[in-house]
Amino acid sequence: MSEEYERELGVDTEKLKEVGIELDKSKRSGTFLLEDQETKTFASFFEGVEVMSIRDAMKKYDWVKNYFWKLLDRNQDEYTREADTEDVNGYFIRALPGAKVEIPVEACLYLKKAEKQKVHNIVVAEENSELNIISGCTSHPGVTGMHIGLSEFFVKKDAKLSFTMIHSWEPTIEVRPRTAIHIDEGGSFISNYILLNPVKLVQTYPTAYLEKDARVVFNSVIVALEGSTIDSGSRAVLRGENSSAEIVSRAISKGGKVIARGHIIGDAPEVKGHLECKGLMLSENGLIHAIPELEAKYPNVELSHEAAIGKIAEEEIFYLMSRGLSKDEATSAIVRGFMEIEIKGLPDPLKEAIDRTIEMAEKDLL
Amino acid sequence: MGILRVVNLGVEVGERKILKNVNLYIKSGETFVLFGPNGSGKSTLLNAIIGNPTYRVVSGRIMFKKIDVTNLPTNERTKLGIGIAFQNPPKISGVKLIDVLRFCARIGGYTEEKILELAEKMNMVNHLYREINVGFSGGEVKRSELLQLMLMNPDLILLDEPDSGVDLENVALIGEAINELLERDKNAESREKSGIIITHQGHILDYVDADYAAILYNGRIACIGEPEDILNQIRNHGYEGCMARCLRNMNENSG
Repeated sequence: MSEEYERELGVDTEKLKEVGIELDKSKRSGTFLLEDQETKTFASFFEGVEVMSIRDAMKKYDWVKNYFWKLLDRNQDEYTREADTEDVNGYFIRALPGAKVEIPVEACLYLKKAEKQKVHNIVVAEENSELNIISGCTSHPGVTGMHIGLSEFFVKKDAKLSFTMIHSWEPTIEVRPRTAIHIDEGGSFISNYILLNPVKLVQTYPTAYLEKDARVVFNSVIVALEGSTIDSGSRAVLRGENSSAEIVSRAISKGGKVIARGHIIGDAPEVKGHLECKGLMLSENGLIHAIPELEAKYPNVELSHEAAIGKIAEEEIFYLMSRGLSKDEATSAIVRGFMEIEIKGLPDPLKEAIDRTIEMAEKDLL
Repeated sequence: MGILRVVNLGVEVGERKILKNVNLYIKSGETFVLFGPNGSGKSTLLNAIIGNPTYRVVSGRIMFKKIDVTNLPTNERTKLGIGIAFQNPPKISGVKLIDVLRFCARIGGYTEEKILELAEKMNMVNHLYREINVGFSGGEVKRSELLQLMLMNPDLILLDEPDSGVDLENVALIGEAINELLERDKNAESREKSGIIITHQGHILDYVDADYAAILYNGRIACIGEPEDILNQIRNHGYEGCMARCLRNMNENSG
């Protein structure tokens, strides 16, 4: 992007890079930038993918309104009710049937001065398509407010959708995402959620509904620094035969509070689910509360979970010191390793974005 | 010239005193084999030399290259040239073998190319991007440990049971690697690398020709002699029998 364009948009591009937003045509197949309630820019650089504001999408396609509030309940809580307003805005991203969009589409939600940013997004991966999205949510330094982000994802038959979301807020911001995903027969959805910077409060519990042979993976890496409260979970409702879910979370507390939830519901025969929740306590204060839940409604389901919380093992630090690392370097390498989640099938630019975010956050942890 | 001198060393783990008054002197170029029953303190000695904080030195001192390293942190000892291959190294999730090899190569001053070359040699190329020690077989753990040592290029090499839990095929490869690390392929005068090898069963001695051996028993080092002789005596008479015989010999010699 040219500097001129940058000035015109009036955004802090460094801040955006932190959350994986490049505003660079060569690295993305589409872009969308929302500042408070206003669409600052949007474009698609790939013919198989549509990127626009939800307002434009409603005008362009009559059927978009059928997706609105299809998975989420507008009366779920006070935040969904609050976002159910005329001035709501958000992105509409759609991969056309059969389109393979490997290069990620980026979507940025930027809270500049609004007291409340109210967002409602719709993402559709049509039959047999492949789509990768990176969503970066961040805020202007010093701003105080609340972000309410509603998202409804529709993964059609045999489609593949990966959604990587990086959050970087301020210690004065409260974040209430409400997310639901429907995965049709044979479809797959991979979610990666990265939250490493201070925030006042995040409360989120995306739910995926899976049909026959569908698959969902939820990965999250969460760091709670002093003053942050993060209540984050993932839920999978396996309602089609042979569907499967994998929920992996890594939570680090350095003075902050994390509630790491996970819930897999086996609501059909022959389904599989695994939940893995690991926590690392880096300071004397702080809290990690892991709440893994499994629910089976048929006899032939295979559901399991493992949860472990602890501090860094002295033995591991010593081992790396015997390979020449100082105590701090060893601690850093172990924390870094803890945050590393092996994400299969994620395009390189997204892996890079995640790595960069982790690298930048490391200094806060030591 | 002496490379390592351990003087009157006493070591405790928790409340337990494991080593009392251990003395050891190793010259540059020498390889020394340490036998001893389980729990006699062999691993404790190596851990104390490398500075594992779990093993508390309560008396005596450790001199390496004429520097008192008794209170130095482990990484400083590593930089001075002490390297260790652990018997049971920990698994570290998310930290890959290649990451650790790069740390080691920093000490040895080697390039990425050398890492690959040596990984190839130690048959560990397929493990480079795996989490370290996670799901590694017994032989793979040992090969990985030796590969790390090769990249650190230490002057004093501590090998804690390099042959335990290893199948025969791997013992040969491990033996070869140890010979190279300890410069056993060079003639005695030009060797500069020194080593302490702990072995319970002695399999590795079929491949590695050490200079001398001793038994660690009851927290003390005794019975210094030819590695093969000592091993035969242990095999024929057990540790206690072997100790009794060499104590008798000592008395006869001094009498």
